[in-house]
Amino acid sequence: MSGTHAHTVAYVRESMLPEQAPPATEVGIIGWGKANLFSGWFNSIVTILSLAAIYLILAAILPWIFSPTWNATSLNECREILAGLGREGEHGVSGACWGVIRDRWLQLMFGFYPPYPITPDVNIGEAPVGSGVWPAYFRPILTFVLLIVALAPVLFEHPPRKLLYFTAIYPFLMPWLLWGGTIWSPLSVLAGFVIAFLVFRFVSTSYSSLLGIILAVVAALVWWMVLSGYVVDALDSILPVGIASVDSRSFGGFMLSITIGVVAIGCSLPIGIVLALGRQSDLLIVKALCVGFIEFIRGVPLITLLFVASVLLNIFLPPGTNFDIILRVIIMVTLFASAYMAEVIRGGLAALPKGQYEAADALGLDYWKSQQLVIMPQALKISIPGIVSTFIGVFKDTTLVSIIGLLDPLGLSNAIRADAAWNGIVWEIYGFIALLFFVFCFSMSRYSMYLERRLQTDHR
Amino acid sequence: MKKSVLLGALTVAGLAAGAAAAATVDDVKARGKLNCGVTTGLVGFAAPDANGNWDGFDVGVCRAVAAAVLGDPMAVEFVPTTGKTRFTALASGEIDMLARNTTWTFSRDVDLKFTFVGVNYYDGQGFMVPKELGVSSAKDLDGATVCIQTGTTTELNLADFFRANGISYEPVPIETNAEAQQQYLAGACDVYTTDASGLAATRATFENPADHVLLPEIISKEPLGPLVRHGDDEWADIVRWTLNALITAEELGVSSANVGEMSMEAGSNPEINRLLGTEGNLGEMLGLSADWAKNAIAAVGNYGELFEKNIGENTPIGLSRGLNAQWTEGGLIYSPPFR
Repeated sequence: MSGTHAHTVAYVRESMLPEQAPPATEVGIIGWGKANLFSGWFNSIVTILSLAAIYLILAAILPWIFSPTWNATSLNECREILAGLGREGEHGVSGACWGVIRDRWLQLMFGFYPPYPITPDVNIGEAPVGSGVWPAYFRPILTFVLLIVALAPVLFEHPPRKLLYFTAIYPFLMPWLLWGGTIWSPLSVLAGFVIAFLVFRFVSTSYSSLLGIILAVVAALVWWMVLSGYVVDALDSILPVGIASVDSRSFGGFMLSITIGVVAIGCSLPIGIVLALGRQSDLLIVKALCVGFIEFIRGVPLITLLFVASVLLNIFLPPGTNFDIILRVIIMVTLFASAYMAEVIRGGLAALPKGQYEAADALGLDYWKSQQLVIMPQALKISIPGIVSTFIGVFKDTTLVSIIGLLDPLGLSNAIRADAAWNGIVWEIYGFIALLFFVFCFSMSRYSMYLERRLQTDHR
Repeated sequence: MKKSVLLGALTVAGLAAGAAAAATVDDVKARGKLNCGVTTGLVGFAAPDANGNWDGFDVGVCRAVAAAVLGDPMAVEFVPTTGKTRFTALASGEIDMLARNTTWTFSRDVDLKFTFVGVNYYDGQGFMVPKELGVSSAKDLDGATVCIQTGTTTELNLADFFRANGISYEPVPIETNAEAQQQYLAGACDVYTTDASGLAATRATFENPADHVLLPEIISKEPLGPLVRHGDDEWADIVRWTLNALITAEELGVSSANVGEMSMEAGSNPEINRLLGTEGNLGEMLGLSADWAKNAIAAVGNYGELFEKNIGENTPIGLSRGLNAQWTEGGLIYSPPFR
């Protein structure tokens, strides 16, 4: 064959050419820009217009943001600093007044929580004698750090599975760290669950599991409502172990948002699953209860539930009852989130092909086993975007508590403006609050995308 | 028969509940803290500082009552209330008293079953306009756009005033004071109207306060004062006479600076002696210690000091005494005698 070549074409290359780098206009930033930004006359025009718009916005905002007013102690001082720099604009001086953030960021984070709860009357600043080596706000910070530790084994694959024991303890540890008081209260709440479990084990093995569940719930309620109070008092008088207690009224700022948000998010998922299953149940009463609950809660705005928590309960409860306002709000927000969660999960359940249910039945799995092993893992995976959207929505909805007089970040923004030194400041405080909310919501959103990738088992 | 038994039982229960709720002062003493409802933040009247300590003109009233009852002005639990939650918080017993720039009106006093114990600030609705508008009277405001907070009495007062004077206006509804400041400065409205104290506080935050004027007309009566629940007259007396003690102290020249010295021993003025407990037994009649008024005055100063410290002419808000001067100086602040 080689002979043919030699006669038909003038030249044949006998060796491979070394690979050449692609032309400069096809790779790197230029190539990327050509492919993505200027791939046609229309796209080029859009790109240029967008760049111009971004430039105009940044040109207006950046000089305002970069304003050397961090150390100012009042709005007037900010204005003097800016006027001294000659930054006079059309409507007076232009530039942010960041002094308000320096002055109040701790308050926006922790509200009025005492920085050193052992000596609650002292102010921020130097640690008082007797507070030991603990840094300011160690309790809320520790609670938050432990929250991450407790969530890690649930959220990610790498942490050791033993951490799950800590996750199980955390719901009892968190209120104790935040509110303080005697160690026996969270332990007695924990004991209620242990009692319920033991009763269930004993009754269900000797009699029936339905009777077991009923008796377990009754035993736990009797323990919590009647007995535990005496036991806690007795134990506390024998062995008083505890930390300084902090009033709910001292809670505020982001700590309050996170506390309400985390509890509501953590409780609404399991409650939502139960409600969603109940709604699909064949048992008439269970189904009616679940549908009624979901539709009632979803038919009422959250702010109405909050007013019920803060105002109506006050009137209906006997005078002198001290039902913690934050607890009331947490319960209402949790119920609200659960109803929405139930519908999101029901969407996931509905998306599963009927064959999955039938396959689980064919394997001889009972109802709970088939839910646990076949249905729920798939249904929850489908629902992830909806679940996380609900989480983010709940977290942002916590700002509504400012309307009933709780000082969350938005409530505090009003309180801060009521200080004569900072009256008239709007954008700086809202910007700071928005930034913090963005950090939390964006992390949740990114986590959900990571989770979806990790759980991707189909090969679309 | 059965019905009457039921009614009787209800009455007894109601009486028992009334009796249980009647002893607010005992509750406060047992608790060791006064639960005082304040606003979530209003310049000069109530605001928390960076350390979370509340301060302001209304807060001073709370601290004075705490000092009179418990001897400690810091023994106050401040409960921030909004315009929507304030009355339920008081009616349900969540707070012992409300000191939250609340206007004393007929329906609040009678229908909502509260007792206003006095007036600590006489306010009224006013107008603020830019100086360059060249307006000197509210009656020249024909056709003006007016920034007004929705759902408040100020809205109704405004409508009344313009109708009574036969002139027209265009309302620009806004939700909060902060929003009003932005709208007004941006020129979305010619006039901003709210309580005169609020206008002064707002103007003080402007870069060039001198470019804006408050018009002389005050178109409504807004007597602001502390209030308590109906049905506990002992407690109402304590709050009322603590406020009166601050007012009388100013009238008699007793201040936080000289109250310590004056209360050492009976002086030449018998009313001062009765007020400070060096003579007579007024404190005992209230169920308090003899030095109750002295504690209150020492804690927050007399009425004049409280005014000057929080909202007076030397503060950024810069309110003059006006109607809130002592009756001896042409104002309305007047306390019944201590006798």
